[in-house]
Amino acid sequence: MTAVITDPPDTTASTTRRELMTGVLQRQGAAIALVLVVAVAWFSFPRFGSLDNLRDLALQSSFLAVIALGMTFVIITGGIDLSVGSVYALGGVLAAYGSQYGFLVALALPLAVCGLIGFVNGVLVARTKMAPFIVTLASLLFARGLLLAITDEGSNTYRVPADSAFIELGRGTIGGFGYPVFIAAVLCVIGGIVLRRTRFGQSVFATGGAEQSALLMGLPVARTKITVYTMSGVLSGLAGALTAAYLQSGVTVIGVGTELDAISVVVIGGTLLTGGAGTVLGTVIGVGLRNVIQNIINQIGTLDSNYQSVVSGAFLLVVVILQRSLARTKPRR
Amino acid sequence: MRALDGVSFTVRPGEVHALVGENGAGKSTLIKVLTGVHRPDSGEVRLRGEVVSFDRPVRAQEAGISTIYQEVNLVPLISVAANVFLGREPRTRFGLVDWARMNRDAKELLSGYGIETDVKRPLGTLSVGAQQMVALVRAVSTDADVVIMDEPTSSLEPREVETLFSVVERLHEKGIAVVYVSHRMDELYRICDQVTVLRDGKMVHTGPLNDLSRIELVAMMLGRSVSDIREHGATAFGEDHNAGKEPLLSAENLSSGVRLNDVSLSIRPGEVVGLAGLLGSGRTETARAIVGALPLDGGTVLVGGKALKAGDVGAAMRAGINMLAEDRKAEGIIPNLSVRENIVLAALPQLSRFGVISREKQDRIVDTFVKRLRIKVSNPDQLVSELSGGNQQKVLLARWLCTKPKVLLLDEPTRGIDVGAKAEVQALIDELAQEGLAVLLISSEMEELLDGADRLVVLKDGAVVGELSGDDLTQDKVLAAIAGEAP
Amino acid sequence: MSATTLAPAGFDRARAARWLQEYGVYVAVVALLLFNVFFTANFLTLGNFRTQLVQAAPVCIVALGMALVIGTEGVDLSVGAVMALAASFIPLYLGAGPIPAILIALVVGLVAGTFNGFLVAHLGIQPIVATLALLVGGRGLALVIAEGQLVQLHDKTFLELGDGDLAGIPISVWIAGLLSVVMALLVGRTTFGRRLVAIGGNRTASGLAGLPVKSVLVGVYAICGLLAAVAGVLATARLGASDPADIGLLMELSAITAVVVGGTALTGGRVRIVGTVFGVILMQLVRATLIKHNLPDSTAQMVQAAIIIIAVYVARERSTR
Repeated sequence: MTAVITDPPDTTASTTRRELMTGVLQRQGAAIALVLVVAVAWFSFPRFGSLDNLRDLALQSSFLAVIALGMTFVIITGGIDLSVGSVYALGGVLAAYGSQYGFLVALALPLAVCGLIGFVNGVLVARTKMAPFIVTLASLLFARGLLLAITDEGSNTYRVPADSAFIELGRGTIGGFGYPVFIAAVLCVIGGIVLRRTRFGQSVFATGGAEQSALLMGLPVARTKITVYTMSGVLSGLAGALTAAYLQSGVTVIGVGTELDAISVVVIGGTLLTGGAGTVLGTVIGVGLRNVIQNIINQIGTLDSNYQSVVSGAFLLVVVILQRSLARTKPRR
Repeated sequence: MRALDGVSFTVRPGEVHALVGENGAGKSTLIKVLTGVHRPDSGEVRLRGEVVSFDRPVRAQEAGISTIYQEVNLVPLISVAANVFLGREPRTRFGLVDWARMNRDAKELLSGYGIETDVKRPLGTLSVGAQQMVALVRAVSTDADVVIMDEPTSSLEPREVETLFSVVERLHEKGIAVVYVSHRMDELYRICDQVTVLRDGKMVHTGPLNDLSRIELVAMMLGRSVSDIREHGATAFGEDHNAGKEPLLSAENLSSGVRLNDVSLSIRPGEVVGLAGLLGSGRTETARAIVGALPLDGGTVLVGGKALKAGDVGAAMRAGINMLAEDRKAEGIIPNLSVRENIVLAALPQLSRFGVISREKQDRIVDTFVKRLRIKVSNPDQLVSELSGGNQQKVLLARWLCTKPKVLLLDEPTRGIDVGAKAEVQALIDELAQEGLAVLLISSEMEELLDGADRLVVLKDGAVVGELSGDDLTQDKVLAAIAGEAP
Repeated sequence: MSATTLAPAGFDRARAARWLQEYGVYVAVVALLLFNVFFTANFLTLGNFRTQLVQAAPVCIVALGMALVIGTEGVDLSVGAVMALAASFIPLYLGAGPIPAILIALVVGLVAGTFNGFLVAHLGIQPIVATLALLVGGRGLALVIAEGQLVQLHDKTFLELGDGDLAGIPISVWIAGLLSVVMALLVGRTTFGRRLVAIGGNRTASGLAGLPVKSVLVGVYAICGLLAAVAGVLATARLGASDPADIGLLMELSAITAVVVGGTALTGGRVRIVGTVFGVILMQLVRATLIKHNLPDSTAQMVQAAIIIIAVYVARERSTR
């Protein structure tokens, strides 16, 4: 054999280095930022490193992590799910409502209903080819409406009975860390394995990376999409249930804008908003980064807590522009 | 018209079978039928003697017919190995994807075909040629009996082409049948045993390739016989034009990747220059490069001696260069707008004051051109998408003419339009040249080029291989130049 | 019933969908008006119409800008955040008089919109992605500027914008009406408008026809931002307070809904200004009708969700024909 194909020879050294730099920033940027932010916080605020604060941080992060896990899958398929905030709130209310009928109902009811909403999202996106953002905007509205309907227009807050075993799910701890932290951790590990180590995961990447090619290669594109939206619904519902267990009630006003938080952390974590690439670990780092910054803003005290979303927005912008320039340096297909 | 009409096509194990024909000959339709994208109205596909029927492309793949397309149909963001095994990943005992084995197998498989690369890299970071190779290896590794290659070398570097040939050689040794679609004569004669020529949906020839000379093959593809030179009068073109002396437009050393290589040409006012060459020879690319719609690695375009800003369609237009694009639907008409609006689109600034469009001026212009070009519309507010192809083409010509251009680049101006409209368009081109326009005419039809052009520039593989004018403008000489044989 | 009445000649799904997309919104508005005339108490009163129109005015203004953006095959998710951002600047400059305050607010909107347009046109970022950053960060920025506070406003002239009348019609309704006419003329009669529609219909062909694709796109997003700021000013004046936390919340949804319900497909190439205005009116009527019949807000939201899906589905039938 004489002819040998190796690395592309046509790219000059400078573009390669630039590509490399952008690539590193895009993939590892969030991790580097997280390390820096944690280091700064550790030395600047003595209370930051305290076990109490860390436990609190972990618990706060766990709810968002569960939602963002589902969002990661959806975004990798090239979609978006704007309904997660509403579905999250709905899940909480359903769990609190269900808790009067016992632990199982408290858990099964939100998962089933929220999963169904996700499934419908998936079917509409995959089968009717409607744009994901508009479909899920509609279900954002629908889920919020459903929530209001079952809470007497938001005036009725269901409480989890004080003797319910369900409360343990939200308030129980191991080593001071709440159960939700462990649940989120286990789910993220499973999610990571599913994404990276299963055929379904490969088909998620292929669907988002090149849908036409995926179809030509015989991958189940429609089924993949339906599955990820259903997952996103179920996970948002679960996050809602955990929150209800923790707060011991189904708070109706939570979840407004949570979809934006979830999308931000996923993208900041290095998942391409245009689909086709991303990692669960990146998302977890993104969640950490967001909440550590929030924590610092709270610690400073004098700072407006709204800086959080400004920082998220700015991060998002930088990441999106980086991703775009990265895509441009690639050879054209 | 039928895309395919009573075509029979047979390929045997271990055979490399060339499938050739110009645009609209029915090659792609035939491939789509073989791979399950389309179903034939009548007739059947037999694989190993058994009648098969595919409702989806996947079924054809499962049955052992793999296809690699001109455009790489893989997933650029995931790794090379993942692409090779997508959908059939090796798994461990626990049902998880076995990455170690997958990477190892992929590496082995690729190096078996002479491709050494890091299989963990995202596919998109490889050169297009290497990606094409991965697609090929994927296609072959699915235990295919038949591999269809649709212009696999169109985006490859010469070095990569060699690798591709060695893979084809390997397939041949393994007894796999290869259907090879290409327009490059050198390639065909190097690797193919058999050839089937399609034209206008019909099979015009099938047999051993070496029985045909290059010129015979080209003549067959273009629907000419070498000795038969038809008389003038088959087209609506008139006599030669009185061209000016100084070139109005000159393109110098245009180069763009593997598609254009140092193309130079010039057109004088009142002259029609034809661009001849087979599909993929760089004709369309030359026109696009001149108007700035194709990124250039080098070269300049001069209009009246002044260099144009590269890559700026607006600047080219202001300098008076307009291009009638080949793909009417994708690059020409704005389907949601009316005939009126499609006509005035490029001339809007001249028809408005302070950005407000003057209805009166607009009507006048539209009226003039509808009449002059005899565009058949019920009224100018009819949607352009409701018109016939010929009338759409006239609308696009009108769009350019109302900007009062100096140079018109016409890419296949008469393709896909009926005979009457075709004659009208040809007569119009003649008329425009007589009025002093410089015209570049791209056409796959020999008559159109021979009758219409005052001078012919012949392209082959993105480079100029000949220039013919005056008495040299004969079919034999053009065919010879296209086929790459010294005249 | 005979078969012919069931299936009139030439009837088919795609045609029905096309008809529905073209005229559905008008039919629905008329039907809903008639329903209310007969079945809703106190519907035919001046006061009621006034309330409905005043509520619809800001949505209408934002929807006009959204219609342009959607016409170019884009979408602007940041309109609500831009409203909040514009509103947050008003109290800072109201001391210098209402005119400077309003101008500053409008400039803020223009800058925000131009920024979106730059991301879309020059960096080639997908519209939904480009405008997401401002959706995430914009409201937060507004809250930071306002220090998280709702600021009561006392400038009489400014507040007049919110509750004043001109010839018996609320000022905000005048503005919305005027802007609708301006936008209809812009789209229908100007170079910019026709280029916009051409770019939405076939971007490649428009580029090859020498149209300034990038500048037009930037212009479209800039106008959308400017209109969102106008809506922000009006909503602030009506409320009598600058409330960045709440103003324009979910406005992107209402605006997109109005545009889509008004018969514009998300695939671009068409801007229906009259349809969009009727889309706004329809959604306002739906909400009002449900509320007047004592159907709670929850039902209104779920009905709205259903209408969006139906409208997009119908528009899709057309675009895939």
